[in-house]
Amino acid sequence: MDNAKLKNRLKYGAIWGFIAFELIFFTVAGEYLSLSDKVFLDLDNMMLLFKQSAPIGIIALGMTIIMINGNIDLSVGATFALSAIVLLDSMTWPVFAGLGDWVIPVSWLLALLTGVVLGAVNGLIVWKTGVDAFIVTLGSMLGYRGLVFMYHGEQPTSHLNWTLVDFAEASFLGIHTPTWFLLAVAVAMWFLMTRTVHGRNAYAVGDNREAAVNAGIRVGPHILVNFMLIGFLAALSAVVFYSESGSVNPNDGELYELWAITAVVLGGTKLTGGSGSIVSTFGGVIAIQLLRKGLGHIGADTETVNLVIGVILIAVLFLDRQLNIKGREELKT
Amino acid sequence: MARFWSSGLGGLLARQGILVAFALFMIGFTLANHRFLDPDNIMGVVRSSAILGVMALGVTFVVISGNLDLSVGSMMSFSTIVVLDLHDRIGPALAIPAMFAMTLVLGAIIGFLVGYLKLNSLIVTLGMLSAIHGLTLTYSGGKNMDIADKEGTWFSVFGQGEILGFPVPILIFLALAAFLGIVLARTPFGRKVYAVGGNGVAATFSGIRRARVVFATYLISSACVATAGLLQASRSLGSQNTVGQGMELEVLAAVILGGASLLGGSGTIFKTVIGVLILGFIQNGLLLVGLQFYAQYVVTWIIIILAVWLDIAAKRGRLWSPIA
Repeated sequence: MDNAKLKNRLKYGAIWGFIAFELIFFTVAGEYLSLSDKVFLDLDNMMLLFKQSAPIGIIALGMTIIMINGNIDLSVGATFALSAIVLLDSMTWPVFAGLGDWVIPVSWLLALLTGVVLGAVNGLIVWKTGVDAFIVTLGSMLGYRGLVFMYHGEQPTSHLNWTLVDFAEASFLGIHTPTWFLLAVAVAMWFLMTRTVHGRNAYAVGDNREAAVNAGIRVGPHILVNFMLIGFLAALSAVVFYSESGSVNPNDGELYELWAITAVVLGGTKLTGGSGSIVSTFGGVIAIQLLRKGLGHIGADTETVNLVIGVILIAVLFLDRQLNIKGREELKT
Repeated sequence: MARFWSSGLGGLLARQGILVAFALFMIGFTLANHRFLDPDNIMGVVRSSAILGVMALGVTFVVISGNLDLSVGSMMSFSTIVVLDLHDRIGPALAIPAMFAMTLVLGAIIGFLVGYLKLNSLIVTLGMLSAIHGLTLTYSGGKNMDIADKEGTWFSVFGQGEILGFPVPILIFLALAAFLGIVLARTPFGRKVYAVGGNGVAATFSGIRRARVVFATYLISSACVATAGLLQASRSLGSQNTVGQGMELEVLAAVILGGASLLGGSGTIFKTVIGVLILGFIQNGLLLVGLQFYAQYVVTWIIIILAVWLDIAAKRGRLWSPIA
């Protein structure tokens, strides 16, 4: 196996090693420290873990393609909240009163449409003005959150539709509905990134934008499509989550962008663009959720999880750099 | 259109666009509501912007040197909680220097990681945002912090006191702005900050120690954050442990609004102060005009995008991006 391939394996494989380490650590530590008698590696517990990873996970999968592009999206948390409000509020609109339970697909469509539109606004601004995606989405993060608050003020928006709740709480083949969504998005994104022209272009644009332009890729529309995609996924994440909970606070989704970016970076995707993998992001999402659950399991304060995640994020960055420096030195000799 | 941007008026608008926009806003709000230019109102706006402003001063150094600091919000929560906690334990005279020392240690850690280890500042400060948040929650045990004897302490002077009719937070903000403005514009260190942000490689070849300069910018930033935490703690004499949450982005918005480029190498303290004031006056003006509080976020969004867009449009000489 040549050097570059080995390095890639190491880079994208590391996250699975980390997950294995977490599983062993929390199982063993749980034996001695846990307050409850429950085993950590319990099937129900793991199924719950997948379900809880779904909201951040779906967004993180979308963030991967944005970051492979060399862009970033800080507005996903606000998009998530606004789509959730549209989802729950539209079910009570008098226009749809005669629809009965058929209002559900209509509201879903409206919520997803909201996400796509908000993403498209970001994408169009990035494309047409040439302002850096970091600034554009930093601005829209404030702006979209403003819209969220203007909708109902500081009041929560609530609407429970029991048909919907039953659907969201159901499980099929022993797997919860949100987990199915997470898996479906993961497979779809994996297919998009590894088996389609659009996926190949995403790597090309992130690696060298000039070269991509010269190769005939229409970079502007490409970026626009990706922002619409992450808007769609942020909305989908909201649809999956709020179908079950039925109530959205205007602060919901805050810091989601940070969690999503953390998952993507843990999975080995570079901020500078051009490299990254959907499967590893999936690993990053699972690793973060394992950490949250595991720390709770061994009786640590839930607050510590922030501390640990922060330290791990910086450690990963450091290790990644050391690995790259080493790789470059080997190339020289 | 292209001619407009290279003409005198377009150039002026692009170079000093932020000042022009500021002036237009002030005129607009004054026409809409005569109370806007009331000295009390203006004083109130500056006073409530002071905490954000103090933080923005430090972040200006970091941004000019070509880095980012997303950790200032959670670091401010940390300083506020720490100083309130120590106030009752060891008294205000010792609590303040102790809090400054602890905050500076955090700044030094970031400076070491970004400066000497050359790690990406976005991710490092993102990690520190999370880590310091966890630290604050662990330190406070998840509880809010309050000073026991709120009446009998002189500690409130920083946030609530007045000297010759001027609120102390404003004086601290202006004094710090003047001091840091001189450091940035008139000292060799300030020139090094610009050099490192403008062209890091060239700066290294001309004998500037990049790592040391970057380290210093994060120390300055954390010192400003500690000052902001002191003002916050002293103003309210009690605090939630999430008091600074989300402020990192507002701070960054103010700095960008002031015209600092995220690529580094440009920006001034004066312009950052203008950026801070614009945010404050827009918020206040929209309220006086009768718009609801949260509309300011939408307006801020539009203004940030327009400000940066006009800036780069002037630099490339055309309005629309050349991306195909």
